[in-house]
Amino acid sequence: MGIFDILGPVMVGPSSSHTAGAVRIGQFGRLLLGEEPGRAVIGLHGSFAATGEGHGTPLALLAGLLGMDPDDEGIPAAMEIARERGLDFRFETTDLGEVHPNSVRMALKGEDAALELRASSVGGGRIQVWGLDGFPVFLEGVYPTVLLVYPDRPGMLAMVTTILGNAGMNIATIKAHRDSRGGQALMTVELDHTPAVGILNALRHLPYMEQVRFVPRLGFGG
Amino acid sequence: MTLVAGTLSAYRAAALERDAPLWSVFLAEEAAQSGRDPSALEALMRERIRVMRQSAARGLGNPQMSRSGLIRGGAHRMAAWMDSGASLLGPAFTRLAATALAVAEVNACMGRIVAAPTAGACGVLPAALFTVADEKGRSEEELVRAFFTAGGVGLVIEHLASLSGAEGGCQAEVGSASAMAAGGLVELMGGTPLQVDHAVAFALSNVMGLICDPVQGLVEVPCVYRNAMGAANAVVSAEIALAGVESAFTADQVIETMGRVGRRIPEEFRETARGGLASLPAPGCDSCRGACGNA
Ligand code: SF4
Repeated sequence: MGIFDILGPVMVGPSSSHTAGAVRIGQFGRLLLGEEPGRAVIGLHGSFAATGEGHGTPLALLAGLLGMDPDDEGIPAAMEIARERGLDFRFETTDLGEVHPNSVRMALKGEDAALELRASSVGGGRIQVWGLDGFPVFLEGVYPTVLLVYPDRPGMLAMVTTILGNAGMNIATIKAHRDSRGGQALMTVELDHTPAVGILNALRHLPYMEQVRFVPRLGFGG
Repeated sequence: MTLVAGTLSAYRAAALERDAPLWSVFLAEEAAQSGRDPSALEALMRERIRVMRQSAARGLGNPQMSRSGLIRGGAHRMAAWMDSGASLLGPAFTRLAATALAVAEVNACMGRIVAAPTAGACGVLPAALFTVADEKGRSEEELVRAFFTAGGVGLVIEHLASLSGAEGGCQAEVGSASAMAAGGLVELMGGTPLQVDHAVAFALSNVMGLICDPVQGLVEVPCVYRNAMGAANAVVSAEIALAGVESAFTADQVIETMGRVGRRIPEEFRETARGGLASLPAPGCDSCRGACGNA
């Protein structure tokens, strides 16, 4: 926390949690999808559902999905821009249980990829992504992050950290989550620096690796 | 030398030891923590100030209409009132209130602002600091320094209490912005670190216990008008301190007290829109007058 967190962010109003944070959740979803989203079903929970309309939360989520930053003056026109760009979107009210009141579930589809993301806007524009395709995760968009999906089996963690270590990448956090039903695992690795494409490709070529996604550090605009 | 501070008295002690003004201690500390060059930080602050000026100009120049219909160009109306010569205390005071309304209304209407320290309280600092700087002919450089002091005060409040209405009520949002602005104003006018401390203490004492009760859960009523109050309170507090009046308590004491009071404010008065003004019957169509498009 520094002086420019206090005098900032530069953002489009009216609320850092309902607007700026919502833009960043949308951005996270777009980056994770890795392509232009073609379809988005967005479930608003709690305060996002109750007062989201007046705070422009749906506009902010869409704006993020379209790649806008929290200070983009195009945010109020996000619905029209989404229609022009052919994004098929739908909002609904949902109950995600005992979670932060400012929470959302987004089902996104592109040409190749699809995902389901659950996230909360926790104040000051900060976000927490806590669900991805049914896996529990904990990501805040403050580090460049690699997400890996593979069948749950021994040795995967070691192979991943070896590749990253050999490339001189410092790991900030690393977590592996297991889906007991499908026998699948999801590993999230937050790094201090952005990995080169070659490193991501090396991870993709690991035996058994099914999917490697990358989300850069989210900016704040301004 | 780095300083792990968290209290205003620690920053004051550092200023005394280095025989330097408070703003330069905050700037040096920020440079040390972020690893960035002080001149880059000053440039970033000038950019923040530029965005704030843009928001103010937009709100004064064009009536801001919110989607709820609760905000209908109040700042623009005040600018006309100021020009009519009817101001109660002269144009500077009216400009102070109008600027606070302008920035807060731009925020309510999904325009671009600088959260300072929050979006809900974004009008306080620009109103207080720009109005006095313009009135007193202060340079941009002096204004940048004043903002570093204001930001440093905000860091201390974040550390010792809270800057969030959901956690501490409106005293923590508009109240904190007001205290930050009061400290910044003393810096702007060349006051001492001790006078900054007194001004911060006065400003927060004056709003001790202020609840957060946003009508319909929107950052509109009473928020926009509280920004004007926060700016006026900052000027009053800075003026009292600059005149040489001393606060009975240090800023740190008052900030910690504000934090304790905030934690004991019942939840219905902490941004849940269930208590206070938010519990009144919805202003509804009378106040909207068709602006909602449903009439
Ligand atoms: S009443 Fe609540 S929402 Fe409005 S400015 Fe104060 S703290 Fe923010």
